[in-house]
Amino acid sequence: MTAITPEIVAEHGLNADEYERIKAHMGREPNLVELGVFSVMWSEHCSYKSSRRHLKKLPTSAPWVVQGPGENAGVIDIGNDNDGVPLVAVFKMESHNHPSFIEPYQGAATGVGGIMRDVFTMGARPVANLNALRFGDWSHPKTRHLVGGVVAGIGGYGNCMGVPTVGGETNFHPGYNGNILVNAMTVGIAEKARIFYSAARGAGNPVVYVGSKTGRDGIHGATMASAEFDDASEEKRPTVQVGDPFTEKLLLEACLELMASDAIVAIQDMGAAGLTSSSVEMAAKGGGGFELDLDHVPQREENMTAYEMMLSESQERMLMVLKPGREDAARAIFEKWGVDFAVIGVTTDTGRLVIKHQGETVADMPVPPLADDAPNYDRPYEPQPKPAPLPDPALTYREAQAVLKSPGKSEEEMRTIAETLIADRLSDAELVEAVGMTLTPGEAKIYARSKPDGVKFDGFEEAARNLASSGVVETAEVEQREEQLSLAEAPGGDTMLTALAKLMAAPDLCSRRWIWEQYDHTVMGDTVIAPGGDAALIRVHGANRGLAVTTDVTPRYVKADPHEGGKQAVAETYRNICATGAAPLAITNCLNFGNPERPEVMAQFVGAVEGVAEACEALNYPVVSGNVSLYNETNGAAIPPTPAIGGVGVIEDVTKAVRVGGAEAGEELIAVGVTRGWLGQSLYLRELFGLEEGAPPPVDLELERKTGDLIRKLIDEGIVTACHDVADGGLLVAAAEMALSAGRGLNLTTPVKARKAAFWFGEDQGRYLLAAAPAAADTLLLKAAMAGVQASKIGRFGGPDLLLDDRDALSLLDLSDIFESALPDYMKSGAKETNSMAMAGEDIKKLILEALPDAEIELEDLAGDNDHWRARIVSSAFNGKSRVQQHQLVYRALKGRMGGELHALALETEAKE
Amino acid sequence: MKTAVIVFPASNCDRDIAVALEQATGTKPAMVWHGDTDLPDADFYALPGGFSYGDYLRAGAMAAKSPIMQAVIDKAKAGAPVIGVCNGFQVLCETGLLPGALMRNAGLDFVCRTVTLKIENNQSIFTRGFEKGAYVNFPVAHHDGNYYADDETLDRLEGEGRVALRYVDNPNGSARDIAGLINDSGNVMGLMPHPERVISPLLGGTDGAAFFKGLIEAVS
Repeated sequence: MTAITPEIVAEHGLNADEYERIKAHMGREPNLVELGVFSVMWSEHCSYKSSRRHLKKLPTSAPWVVQGPGENAGVIDIGNDNDGVPLVAVFKMESHNHPSFIEPYQGAATGVGGIMRDVFTMGARPVANLNALRFGDWSHPKTRHLVGGVVAGIGGYGNCMGVPTVGGETNFHPGYNGNILVNAMTVGIAEKARIFYSAARGAGNPVVYVGSKTGRDGIHGATMASAEFDDASEEKRPTVQVGDPFTEKLLLEACLELMASDAIVAIQDMGAAGLTSSSVEMAAKGGGGFELDLDHVPQREENMTAYEMMLSESQERMLMVLKPGREDAARAIFEKWGVDFAVIGVTTDTGRLVIKHQGETVADMPVPPLADDAPNYDRPYEPQPKPAPLPDPALTYREAQAVLKSPGKSEEEMRTIAETLIADRLSDAELVEAVGMTLTPGEAKIYARSKPDGVKFDGFEEAARNLASSGVVETAEVEQREEQLSLAEAPGGDTMLTALAKLMAAPDLCSRRWIWEQYDHTVMGDTVIAPGGDAALIRVHGANRGLAVTTDVTPRYVKADPHEGGKQAVAETYRNICATGAAPLAITNCLNFGNPERPEVMAQFVGAVEGVAEACEALNYPVVSGNVSLYNETNGAAIPPTPAIGGVGVIEDVTKAVRVGGAEAGEELIAVGVTRGWLGQSLYLRELFGLEEGAPPPVDLELERKTGDLIRKLIDEGIVTACHDVADGGLLVAAAEMALSAGRGLNLTTPVKARKAAFWFGEDQGRYLLAAAPAAADTLLLKAAMAGVQASKIGRFGGPDLLLDDRDALSLLDLSDIFESALPDYMKSGAKETNSMAMAGEDIKKLILEALPDAEIELEDLAGDNDHWRARIVSSAFNGKSRVQQHQLVYRALKGRMGGELHALALETEAKE
Repeated sequence: MKTAVIVFPASNCDRDIAVALEQATGTKPAMVWHGDTDLPDADFYALPGGFSYGDYLRAGAMAAKSPIMQAVIDKAKAGAPVIGVCNGFQVLCETGLLPGALMRNAGLDFVCRTVTLKIENNQSIFTRGFEKGAYVNFPVAHHDGNYYADDETLDRLEGEGRVALRYVDNPNGSARDIAGLINDSGNVMGLMPHPERVISPLLGGTDGAAFFKGLIEAVS
């Protein structure tokens, strides 16, 4: 037997303290099999050792909660079917981040397969899948490959299972370049009287293995999910499992058929850590023990060791405990479906997990410490200071005018002088937007206007004065002036609608049709609201009611302020569900963060969990299941904190539901909620001006609830023809999406005199857009006023264009083309991939120093790939300039290499006083 | 009116088509297991969509050799009306009851969207409920719907009026935009789109309900 060395302990992801605790529980040195079992049970993935104490803060109960966290999935009451049979919804979300980064197709496919098993393990037929996906920047060379593989993998698995994939979300950000997120959610429906749990109560019951044979795939997947990535991670490919949706479909049908009888005592899916975690958790919950004989485990490969069988993560397997004597009837069902069925052990009352292999006892360990005495760390955390609200950023334009006089000179002579001056000082098109000149005999007037935040015309002024002092001309009068243009007022050089068009083509806002058309979203014949709207809506088969389902989180908000961001993620799911007319009931979550051993990451986690808890409490919207995925980092760079929330709601009568589209010509567009024009952390500032700054928009939970109640009431009363929640990109984006979805133009009126761009693009929370016929619109405004919720008309549907204030127009067809083509064009083109070339740090320094000679530069290669840099630059050139202006000076110094050779540069600038 | 739906292990539109047939006939169809060798007596047989045996080989290839399919082939040859939707169409091609084959989509990706179809022939029992040249909207959801046959076969199919449905905007590269076909004796139809998914305004349309209503009236 292999002796356990400190190296072996470390390879199992256990530290020295943890190993001492294991020895104390065992009363001796563990052998390798026992160490392996402890290592996976005590991994972050299975034991939640860094997160447990904080997860307790989440509210988990409500009258409609049947089962909260702690089982394979959460369960809520959803009312009766048309025959009066009480039904429940069973749902959960889970991550498959690390496997999907290593092998996108299989990683995503098995993530979908795993979460569906969690749901049908409980006796529910899966009826809807959703996916929350985060990828790196579009310019990163791996992004296209990862998007293609993940989407095909999700489709490949869910389509074969015949479960519609109806919703989800996709974001792109350089923060995910080295660590993508694939979070899969499944919602199932069961009869309330037929829910199955994992507690294996009673001794002497047969332990039964069903499903695929066990192979060597996925060994130590749970420990992989609990470790950071480094450049050697791609060597870990053999730990990624391979999915077989056909077998899972058979397993689903066979399990549901057996569940129609009363033969099952307990059942659990073999997910992460396979046979180990399923047997330990079932035994622990049942308060007993298991004795397993691995010789009976169906095996796909020869000569597998006990260690390999206990740690394999081969897919499509389940462990069941049956009532004694029911084996034959159960076996007949699984044989009919062509699925392996093997009795591999028996339940005991010893409280021990005893594993036999080839006639020998290869492990004998106490169950309770494996499941319940895993380390429970109180990791230190340092909350970051709350960011201040962002003052409205502004662009500065500069103008200069020089009047050169030399009465004796001809017009031609003056032209030569003026052209020389222009060529020498005003020829840089990156800095100068416009140059003009008027000539008369003896006089030349030169006019110049800078690009936004262009440098001062001091060089030009100096050269013009030199012409006078050196006698080339007699006099030179030069004037410079500055003009500030607030980004809250106008989108720089764009009109409101050209800015909208740019936003609608941005990776985070463009149409996701390319993704969801690869998912079968209409199978099962109950999809009422398909992907592409707010929440998706599934009719409950055999009932008039429907389930609204959605996933949401805005990672940039969470990064700026974890607490507000956590609140916002919950509130956005709430809003998306209300926007269909359904009542939000409960959430699941998938909390994706970096390394919890770093206090700043732990602070993000704690802040976000507390924010989620506050919102769930205020909205009476408890958490019933969830998953934590930590160590999402590559080479020390953590992902943006991403607590994905999956919400579920019920609408009593699906025929009353409304969609984003549905507005008719002549109907009014009504904005509901308070618009202050919050620009901090907006996509408007990020996508158009490269600013990711300020505090995120705050969420007023009391108002959120009041507004949600009103929206549902208005929809229920049938006076609303379309509804959309206002989120990323603000009112104008939401209005454009409603127009596109309805296929109707929209005539919008700006109701404010100042901060117009902030009005249209600000991301204030708690808002909706509604469409209603003119007569109904007045009733609607009255009802909103009575409810204490702000609402006002801001436009009217009709015509072929988006029309703003009767001046600015954008054809709906053009906008549709921009919106729909962005993602498919990106996926088709390989151009960005081949253009990208890493840039050496020395080159970056050289370019910056050429432009800013006194700069002190600290440069850090974030990913070790010459591709993702953090730079701190101190220069006197920054004195008296805003942060935007300082950054623009640096970008200008890099002469257009940002986004080309240089993918990502996190900038910190400081003036040298 | 008795109908029957064949259930392969990974059929996944069996319930959907059963619901559509029940809506059209007022009676639940018989669900027939792939491992059986005898078919119940019925006026109409349906092969549903899905992945039959996983379709890891060629879509429908293994299903075509399943025990129940010999009985289906015998019934079809004896003139019983048989429809194959999506995977069912693939199975019918693999058995030879319909000519040609369904290859991977030209775009290589799975495609799920509602498509507009033109009724090319309304003389068959399957399409009698529609005007010739009418347009209907059915969803497609498949990875292997790219219909292929040699030119001679295609000419013959068109000449004999056996192309029942054509795509207006071809989603998968099918030869001559063929979405649905009828056999030479007019009692077997295969189509890639899913009429059973549009049988209620709630689900985005009722063209599928009209399709099954016309079909059931024609075979009654």
